[in-house]
Amino acid sequence: MKIKQYHMLVIGASAGGLNALAVVLGRLPGSFPVPVLVVQHQGGGNDSEYLALLLDSMTALRVKEARPGEVPLPGSVYISPAGYHLQLELSGKLSLSVDLPVNFSIPSIDVLFDTAADALGASLVALVLTGASSDGSKGLKNIKSRGGLTLVQSPQTAEAPQMPEYAIANTRPDFIVPLQDIGALLCRIFLVEAVNGGRQSGDCL
Amino acid sequence: MDTQSREAFEIKWLLEAIYACYGYDFRDYAGASLKRRILNRLELSDCRHISDMVSKMLYDSDFFELFLQDMSITVTEMFRDPYVFLQLRERVIPRLKTYSRINIWHAGCATGEEVYSLAILLHEEGLLEKTRIYATDFNNHSLEIARKGIYSQDLAKYQDNYLLGGGKKALSEYYQYNYDAVIMKAFLRKRITFAYHNLTRDQVFAEMHLIMCRNVLIYFNQALQNKVLNLLINSLVHKGFLVLGDKETLEFTSMTHQFDDFEPRAKIYRKTAALPKANQDED
Repeated sequence: MKIKQYHMLVIGASAGGLNALAVVLGRLPGSFPVPVLVVQHQGGGNDSEYLALLLDSMTALRVKEARPGEVPLPGSVYISPAGYHLQLELSGKLSLSVDLPVNFSIPSIDVLFDTAADALGASLVALVLTGASSDGSKGLKNIKSRGGLTLVQSPQTAEAPQMPEYAIANTRPDFIVPLQDIGALLCRIFLVEAVNGGRQSGDCL
Repeated sequence: MDTQSREAFEIKWLLEAIYACYGYDFRDYAGASLKRRILNRLELSDCRHISDMVSKMLYDSDFFELFLQDMSITVTEMFRDPYVFLQLRERVIPRLKTYSRINIWHAGCATGEEVYSLAILLHEEGLLEKTRIYATDFNNHSLEIARKGIYSQDLAKYQDNYLLGGGKKALSEYYQYNYDAVIMKAFLRKRITFAYHNLTRDQVFAEMHLIMCRNVLIYFNQALQNKVLNLLINSLVHKGFLVLGDKETLEFTSMTHQFDDFEPRAKIYRKTAALPKANQDED
């Protein structure tokens, strides 16, 4: 059997996302073989800088705010800055824009997912986490139609179930996974050993 | 040919048509945002494919005007990223004070919220009367809004931004209510020259002490970024200031050696004495 090669992981999260991201990323080893791009909806201000610092302390991966023109590296996580859309260009570089909000959101998960689908097509893995929004479901469908692998956090394990529910209704994702198991599944997909222990979803941040 | 390659071909064709017909060159724009804007316009139009928009673009200048407006709509506010304005006030203004006349270029001013923010800051620091602000954009429709200084929204919501940016009064002192709209006070508008300028095509037009060019370069590809940065650096006096968007960086451009990181977090750069290329690698 030929094992499919994936080149990037994209993640969308909204309400409850900090905890969910900590749980998921906490299981991924520093040797994770692809870059991870994350859109987390934010309230404005400089929340994204703080979020990147916080997550960086909770995972073996390097977590930072995305910068335009940057080539994303394996083992690194790039967080969308508050107030900017995060995009992947065909050149493989990250870009930012201050276009109007999409789904009332800037950054928007659909924007990241659609641009990443254009750039990487079938070699993309996408994950929709907790949130009270419909953002991400269109982009996830797009990724699935291009042959990418689609994962959604099971709504029962989400602090805000709407975003996973929308994504599931819209896409018929490849995997619907409880929060606790997402990290391990990602490690199987990307052929690396999961970090044991890690953060439990019940832990207080 | 799959859908995506077809779309890429159509977009290329559309941009060529726009360039040939109207002289606006979007061919070196970064693709992701450009494509989304084109697809949005497609959805609002009666066209089925992007290629249908090509002939409409060629024969219908109103359609092009719509597209041009699409290309300049961004999220904007007064005193966006207040920290940047605070740093301008505390660290850049004292250095500008040493000049008898000050030229400031606001490149890509769109509908003008930010250029009025800057004028307010200069007024409060006592510099507005000896300053000429050149506010330029490639979109005449946006420039018209900026020139009038009339905004339909209630600017009071930017009071917090204003205070965080070092403001000490009420922002409402700088505008008057006019039915449902607000209008910026005339003494602010008087010091600003609004003018058409296309960064991708036009040249240096004056020597500047400070250039604000925030979240403009992020829409360009690497080659065009370098070209425009060259234009900006050639417009600056020795030790002049360049302010980029707060998430922008010169790190991935060819210009790092020509600027000092004057205030890294606020993305305020300062033009250095240009070093000959051969010496760059030695430090």
